[in-house]
Amino acid sequence: MTDINRTHMLKSLENGIRFDGRNLVDIRQPFDVKLNVSETAEGSAVVTLGNSIVMAGVTMELATPYPDTPNKGGLMVNVELVPMSHKDYEPGPPGIKAIEISRVIDRALREGGAVDFEKLCIVEGEKVWNILVDIIPINDDGNLFDAGALAALIAIKNAKLPTVTEEGVVDYKQKTDQGLPLVSEPLPVTIHKIGNYLIVDPTYEEENYSTTRLTVAVQANGNPCAIQKSGEEPLSQEQISEMVDIAIEKSKEYREILKKFS
Amino acid sequence: MTYENRFDGRKFEETRPMEASVGVVKNAIGSARFKIGKTEAIAAVYGPKEVFPRMLKNPEKGILRCYYNMLPFAGFGGRVRPGGSRRSKEISMVTEHALSPVLDLSDYPNSAVEVYIELPQTDAGSRCAGICAASMALADAGFKMKDLVSAIAIGYVGDKVVVDLDYMEEHYNEFKDENAPKGGETDLPYAYIPAEDKFSLMQMDGEISPEDLKATMDMAKKACLNIYEVQKQALRQKFKKIEE
Amino acid sequence: MGSLLIQPREIVLPGDIIAEGMDYIPGKGTYRKDEKVLAMQVGLLSSEGRVLKVIPLAGKYAAKVGDTIIGKVTNILMSGWVIDTNSVYHGLLSLRDGVDTFVPKGANLTKYYNIGDFVVCKIVNMTSQMLIDLSTKGSNIKKLSEGRITNVTPSKVPRIIGKSGSMINMIKDKTGSKIIVGQNGIVWLKNQDPIMEVLTVKAFAFIEENAHIRGLTDEVAKYLDNEISQLKGV
Repeated sequence: MTDINRTHMLKSLENGIRFDGRNLVDIRQPFDVKLNVSETAEGSAVVTLGNSIVMAGVTMELATPYPDTPNKGGLMVNVELVPMSHKDYEPGPPGIKAIEISRVIDRALREGGAVDFEKLCIVEGEKVWNILVDIIPINDDGNLFDAGALAALIAIKNAKLPTVTEEGVVDYKQKTDQGLPLVSEPLPVTIHKIGNYLIVDPTYEEENYSTTRLTVAVQANGNPCAIQKSGEEPLSQEQISEMVDIAIEKSKEYREILKKFS
Repeated sequence: MTYENRFDGRKFEETRPMEASVGVVKNAIGSARFKIGKTEAIAAVYGPKEVFPRMLKNPEKGILRCYYNMLPFAGFGGRVRPGGSRRSKEISMVTEHALSPVLDLSDYPNSAVEVYIELPQTDAGSRCAGICAASMALADAGFKMKDLVSAIAIGYVGDKVVVDLDYMEEHYNEFKDENAPKGGETDLPYAYIPAEDKFSLMQMDGEISPEDLKATMDMAKKACLNIYEVQKQALRQKFKKIEE
Repeated sequence: MGSLLIQPREIVLPGDIIAEGMDYIPGKGTYRKDEKVLAMQVGLLSSEGRVLKVIPLAGKYAAKVGDTIIGKVTNILMSGWVIDTNSVYHGLLSLRDGVDTFVPKGANLTKYYNIGDFVVCKIVNMTSQMLIDLSTKGSNIKKLSEGRITNVTPSKVPRIIGKSGSMINMIKDKTGSKIIVGQNGIVWLKNQDPIMEVLTVKAFAFIEENAHIRGLTDEVAKYLDNEISQLKGV
């Protein structure tokens, strides 16, 4: 199977320029966030990154804790690649692409210790809060990992707990002004390899030509806290080191936006 | 006591504030956003694409397929598990029936046009908002349509016919004054085609007198004609600058 | 008697009443209801005598006989190649119409055109059931072997080409790009200088944004001159 665009993209990258004129590690413009886009969600945000538009919504659920963690609340991250966002998506249960993005973002938040789960405990062994995050692309033009994670983090950061009545029932229509126990802000940055070139913030087309990628979640102190390598091509030690360095550098740009919208 | 003042202070014939725009999903061939009060729908159109299962093919014209879906955080209660429910399948079908009468898909035999409707937040009237958004999206996509379709939910709340009922009015007896008698919580979604002066969607949940029922149709038409102007304005905003 | 309620060259939306009375005749994109003519599509109103038509401003590429398109091979059959035409329907490039030389029985068809190849071809026939026949006969360039494929909105293709090619030729001159514009909105381009290549694509985007302006060719020329001088200054 031939693909002249792929051949051409490699040539272009050799010259340090991408199809849309960006340098290899440039992030797209516009890069913007809107808060509270859904009043029924406990917290919500929409991230615009180039032509990609991703929405995240937080629902709080009162539940019994797991028996092995009786004093901890929970976190669940779900990505749905709705057919509205791209012609390649069809209605139906999540495929492996959606599942992977969900799990990688979950890993970044969980292993980055983003949420203090003990603070979500109301009555040990009986009642805890679970944070349920749903991430949905409105228009998918690539980089759902990074944009989705940012949207999720901002939604969690701006979420407010609903009230609980005396009878122990959640009244979702009455929000309190109490936020969620977010104690760190790990931000994933995904580096893609096309040919021998490393790029950041790919378009949908670039993602299709990427042979392997490394998603590195980075804490505010510059430490990586979660990693996912995906794709069929293996990576050398030098390549991984280089990708990690780029991720740490780029995470600062994502963090600038996070600071502005919190 | 009766339902003298609406919970949110609106007049009985007043719709909630509306926002409408087109072209919000660049990957789609047409798209639109429609918001009424706190109910918001985004519709995106894909296709026409060739349809291969023989059963679904129509050799004379294209078919319309609609998919209505509430996002997991769009309901007033807890999270709604993703995936079609019986409710969303039914709403998808009545949405198709509301829109297909205006569409002329004779240029596209053996193909299907797909409209995806997603709702990030709802406060009653969601299927109507979906139809309003879908109708604008189809026009934005350049399909031949006799007219746009406008939709609104009329209610019989307490003892009054109201336009554009919201969640609280849908659950009137839960929110009414304690001393007031139990009243109606009847919900009537309508979709209307102005050029034909006909309704393409009508449903009703709840009891109502025949006189009041007939009155809801007049109110639906009036409200839909207002919504129609909002929809047209949104389309004009996008294409206006093309005039030379 | 009759009266025209909307002037030609104005935007019309589905359901807009364009004219009243039986004097006006409903052409493409309009229909008659009672004694009125209404618009059926988003587009520009145009009139030819008493016939009212709407020039659509949106929509997928509508294939028509005579168009030269750039198609993508999606499948190979015994009889030829299945082509994605970027319209609703796929096209067929038969052995006879796709290859100038004799094709021996049992030949490996992928050596002529393989899946994923982009081909410049002409629509030579269309049936009412939307079967599309394509041909590469008569064109010097059949298979595109290098360069880059990009998309433009099909309804903007006339603006990108310009009157007698004035716009596209100006872009080729200023950027040095080789360009082939398919009527179906698929465009091929190639430039030794990758920055000029990106600029060519940006010129297309500029045209799409500003398709409504008068003197567009001059505006695009100014835009390109500006961009090029900025690049030289760097």
